[in-house]
Amino acid sequence: MTTQTLIYLVVGATFALYIGIAIWARAGTTGEFYAAGRGVHPVMNGMATAADWMSAASFISMAGLIAFVGYDNSTYLMGWTGGYVLLACLLAPYLRKFGKYTVPEFIGDRFYSQSARIIAVICLIVASVTYVIGQMTGVGVTFARFLQVESSTGLYIGAAIVFAYAVLGGMKGITYTQVAQYVVLITAYTIPAIFISLHLTDTVLPPLGLFADSTHSGTPLLVELDGLITDLGFASYTGHHTNTLNMVLFTMSLMIGTAGLPHVIIRFFTVPKVADARWSAGWALVFIAILYLTAPAVGAMARFNLVNTIQTGEVGSPEGNLAYADVPTWFTTWEQTGLIKWEDKNEDGRIQFYNDKNTAFETQAEAWGWRGNELTVNADILVLANPEIAALPGWVIALVAAGGLAAALSTAAGLLLAISSAISHDLIKGTINPNISEGGELMAARVSMAAAIAVATYLGLNPPGFAAQTVALAFGLAAASIFPALMMGIFFKRINNVGASLGMLAGLLFTVIYIFVYKGWFFLPGTSQFPDTAEYWVFGISPLSIGTVGAIVNFVVAYFVSQATQEPPQEIQDLVESIRVPRGAGAAIDH
Amino acid sequence: MRQGSTSDEAYWKANLSLIRNILIIWALVSFGFGIILRPLLSGIAIGGTDLGFWFAQQGSIIIFIILIFYYAFRMNAIDRKFGAEE
Repeated sequence: MTTQTLIYLVVGATFALYIGIAIWARAGTTGEFYAAGRGVHPVMNGMATAADWMSAASFISMAGLIAFVGYDNSTYLMGWTGGYVLLACLLAPYLRKFGKYTVPEFIGDRFYSQSARIIAVICLIVASVTYVIGQMTGVGVTFARFLQVESSTGLYIGAAIVFAYAVLGGMKGITYTQVAQYVVLITAYTIPAIFISLHLTDTVLPPLGLFADSTHSGTPLLVELDGLITDLGFASYTGHHTNTLNMVLFTMSLMIGTAGLPHVIIRFFTVPKVADARWSAGWALVFIAILYLTAPAVGAMARFNLVNTIQTGEVGSPEGNLAYADVPTWFTTWEQTGLIKWEDKNEDGRIQFYNDKNTAFETQAEAWGWRGNELTVNADILVLANPEIAALPGWVIALVAAGGLAAALSTAAGLLLAISSAISHDLIKGTINPNISEGGELMAARVSMAAAIAVATYLGLNPPGFAAQTVALAFGLAAASIFPALMMGIFFKRINNVGASLGMLAGLLFTVIYIFVYKGWFFLPGTSQFPDTAEYWVFGISPLSIGTVGAIVNFVVAYFVSQATQEPPQEIQDLVESIRVPRGAGAAIDH
Repeated sequence: MRQGSTSDEAYWKANLSLIRNILIIWALVSFGFGIILRPLLSGIAIGGTDLGFWFAQQGSIIIFIILIFYYAFRMNAIDRKFGAEE
């Protein structure tokens, strides 16, 4: 059987499974549509949360982010996992006790303010819509590369699958599909990693292989990698080369951003008990960690493989570099996608892959007859092409295709649910038509979901120019507005309606303006005040890291404004008392 | 209805002090050992690099998992002690 047939079979089988789950897990009530009837087992919810959280970016791009930078990008590893500690002890159990369906609903009730609720809805929609664009384009790209259909056709197929289980099943359908998607994506991620780890270090588990000795030389893999790349003028892999303050703030922004992302928080509304919300956060992190502990190993090993493939002999000797005529087949396959590019600058027919930005290395390189770096490698390729680089069988390649799609679709569905429930529950039921019937609200939820899918598909087909910047925006908004509002709502009884609303607005504006100053106003090209490089950043803080400072602004404004204005009414103080104690949470609905 | 307000207050205090301890370790392993204190740990070698690198790429994640399960486990005991469980 050809690899192409295998890819159709494996991807087709996973899609059939998702549709099967959609038919089995239909939602009959709003409780099932918004919160899966609160009957999801904590381990299952952990698995669904892991799939919900790990996006196309985690699956495809993370290893590459680590590979090309090394230690300094550990921020992603710590930031995207550390947020779960905050979720487990600062947010999830209390919001589960509150027992409603959406994040803006908590903010509106706790701060007895319709405007606070609307601000939260806006933050939620902006953060989630920008995030969902990346997932939809990820679906299109994966289809185009692996199934050889047009990117747009791929996007329509992906959207149709999500439509089936999200519109029919709501949270209930999404939950069980995410569990299946987790299994697909984690299998697809770990199998190639194990093969590569065995090949390079003779160690089965990639996270142990990262710190093991290389089979190539007998010295530790990381020592060999450091030597290999510093010889080519690159910064060392294990060294610390960036601003420490920025690294701390970026990690913190990712952590509180993670904890504040509504599509992650609502997953914890689906478990039967408050105690389950705590356990479930632990299980979610276990399932996430399987990928996040594998990714840095894949990154280091893939970088090692790549450099060794190109630099076949002694650095500087004319025969030391791979001749283009001898490149392996995966190289030419991926060249066609544009993810690998080679330009023979010194016209010697060989590939030079080195750091031509390193001025100290320049004279040396020129003496060797090198005329600039000739190879550009897109970071995403490290995971996508891994099975081919390691010469793994066709079914592994098929699995990676299905895994990439699972990662993108599961995150897209979670985001779409967060968006549609904010529309049907917070805007329609909460603001426009409070007297809507149960059946009417369920219908509104399904229609909102269908509309959200249509908008996401449109934006996936015509991604706005700022799509690449959206991660900064999504995390910035969640970190600076949603996380502090939720945390203060639970831990600081004295914060009132005015304080919370102004705090959110202040944090939000501060963060968005700082991002716009460097990235362009509303991300329009050419409208930025300063170039987005380290020497222009205030105290070296990058726009990606500013969410932490925005959160501090939010806390400070909310605190002082609340002190200066009236104490929250007694019933709100009682509400805070009650969410702090698990006793009396709503009973589970079995299914 | 609020029941047993004084015991609820003691319950909340116990929760807060547990959270404080959890977050101290959370910050120590990531921001501390993984980033700021890495130079101090540079003498401790592990698999071709130093302990700080290990904390940044693996250790912190493993400890985060342990912290959450420890929190969930301790909170169950605290819930029972103060009669706050469901």
